[in-house]
Amino acid sequence: MSVAPSVTRQVGGDGLVLTLGGDWTVAFSATLEATAALLTEPARQAAAAVLDLSAVDRMDTAGAWVIDRARVELADTGISASYRGARPEYALLLKEAGFTPIAPPKPTHLPTTVSLLSAIGESVYTAGYDLAEGVSFFGELVALTFRLLLNPMRWRWTSMTYHLEMYSLRSVPIIMLINFLVGAIVTQQGIFQLGQFGASPYAVNLVGVLGLRELAVLMTAIMIAGRTGSAITAEIGSMSMREEIDALRVMALDPLEVLIMPRLIALVIALPVLTFLADLAELAGGLIVSWLYAGMIPVVFIARLHSAIATETFAVGLIKAPFMAATIGVIAAVEGMNVRGSAESLGQNVTASVVKSIFMVIVMDGLFAMFFSAVNY
Amino acid sequence: MPDPSEPEVVIRVRGLKVGFGDRLVMNGLDLDLYRGEVLGFVGASGAGKSVLTRTILGLIPKQAGTIEAFGHDLDHLSHQERLAVGERWGVLFQEGALFSSLTVRQNIQMPMREHLKLSQEMMDGLAAQKLALVGLPQDAADKFPAELSGGMTKRVALARALALDPEIVFLDEPTSGLDPISAGEFDELIATLQRTLGLTVFMVTHDLDSLFAICNRVAALGHGKVSAVGKIEKLLQSDDPWLKAYFHGKRGVVRAGARTASSPAPHPA
Repeated sequence: MSVAPSVTRQVGGDGLVLTLGGDWTVAFSATLEATAALLTEPARQAAAAVLDLSAVDRMDTAGAWVIDRARVELADTGISASYRGARPEYALLLKEAGFTPIAPPKPTHLPTTVSLLSAIGESVYTAGYDLAEGVSFFGELVALTFRLLLNPMRWRWTSMTYHLEMYSLRSVPIIMLINFLVGAIVTQQGIFQLGQFGASPYAVNLVGVLGLRELAVLMTAIMIAGRTGSAITAEIGSMSMREEIDALRVMALDPLEVLIMPRLIALVIALPVLTFLADLAELAGGLIVSWLYAGMIPVVFIARLHSAIATETFAVGLIKAPFMAATIGVIAAVEGMNVRGSAESLGQNVTASVVKSIFMVIVMDGLFAMFFSAVNY
Repeated sequence: MPDPSEPEVVIRVRGLKVGFGDRLVMNGLDLDLYRGEVLGFVGASGAGKSVLTRTILGLIPKQAGTIEAFGHDLDHLSHQERLAVGERWGVLFQEGALFSSLTVRQNIQMPMREHLKLSQEMMDGLAAQKLALVGLPQDAADKFPAELSGGMTKRVALARALALDPEIVFLDEPTSGLDPISAGEFDELIATLQRTLGLTVFMVTHDLDSLFAICNRVAALGHGKVSAVGKIEKLLQSDDPWLKAYFHGKRGVVRAGARTASSPAPHPA
């Protein structure tokens, strides 16, 4: 029922006659374009041309556009072309949906070297900007904390409790599982490698000190950065995309106070609690492996653990947790507030939030290690 | 050419039931959409006008009933046939639903790029043509959806809906949020497209001006069914309390009183 677009060319008394037939519709995409090219080519020898549209079965906006483009192109080469026999609705279509020359769109891609160099330059520039922005945001939060301390009625208990449940209680299983496994792996490797020196019982010292001081808090913080930091950025980000943050502002509410503070405080409480549980899981992993793999009965494991670690060992890990939590929370919130318009931007900011949080958590852990060794703690 | 008294039905809905939880939004709804007509669809806010549109488009599962498009039952189509039907209709979503990470030009070219074999030059030209059709300046082409005003978003969304020159367009409140002049231009554009392309339009709207100016028939949704359907004059005389309030309320009475001409006749395809 549909016939491909066609052109037949005749030289008559009134010059060149191009008879168009078939369906000039976008459904014939490639054919349509190729046939339209035929309109202009053979007509270049004549002084005037007539486009006879009486045999056109169907025409849509794309068809009208290519036909009208042919007419304009003919006119550009000095051949005046006119339409003949078009149905009234198609004549209207040719007028309404006709061809207008446009400037070709600007290329969106810069040369590779330029774009590579500019990307590097931009990331160096924005790294400094990120730091300044993070610090200023943190300053705002500190000021807000003081204001809230003076006026505790404004404290958002419900929101904080809700987020505390989301961030801590709901992540207990995965945090404990991961740390149990890490403890087990560290102990197994310790027993195996130290066994070469006949020192396999010292694997208990390894898992005790390493686990409590570094691994438990680090694994937990990284997990929370991925699990909770991304959630905070996505929540705040989609709220800012949908003008919800602006709505809060015009209601004379501070988004920092309403949205960010409860999440941040919940995170600062959640991470030490989770770290404590992670410590337990890590030691449990060590105990199980030393028992099953090296035949060390739990009583002996616990006795060795007593001599290997002190309260400080445990405290060192726990002290770091709230600082890491605040870092994760601030980065997540800043990235969330920076989301603009598009879905792509949301994705970029969530990625940036997780990457920056994990990076900063590890950097902070290194700084804490230097600090604690400097003060001999 | 078909007899105008028996127009070709392009969308046929029979006994449609759609519900969420235990609440039935559509309860045995029947609807015909004729080729070449502009059907205005009215109903109270929350009555399920958008739900009906989305159900016809296959975005919401139905519990019972049949939906036929171009004579094919949509439940019994292969994946390929379903795609072919999808190329024959275009949709303007209420919020525009533009792809936020693509520019306006890329948004309009998206369906062409995916479904047609066209040169980039021609796609650029067609995108420019669609922009001009919906009354947008050419410099809007490089903007991102987040940079557009509400009215511009609607126009771009219409341009994208028209990208494949569909036979049917579904418009979900196309003129809401537009100023009366833009809304009038929008109506004129729809009328022109209907006249020239034989476009079939399914338009959910609350704009009484649109209903009077371009709708060949108006259908009203009430209690999960089409409670009334026909020319607007017929609906104006209806005894249905909701329709009375709708057309003869403070906002409706001025329009209805001022209007003496009859509805435009449907375009014979």
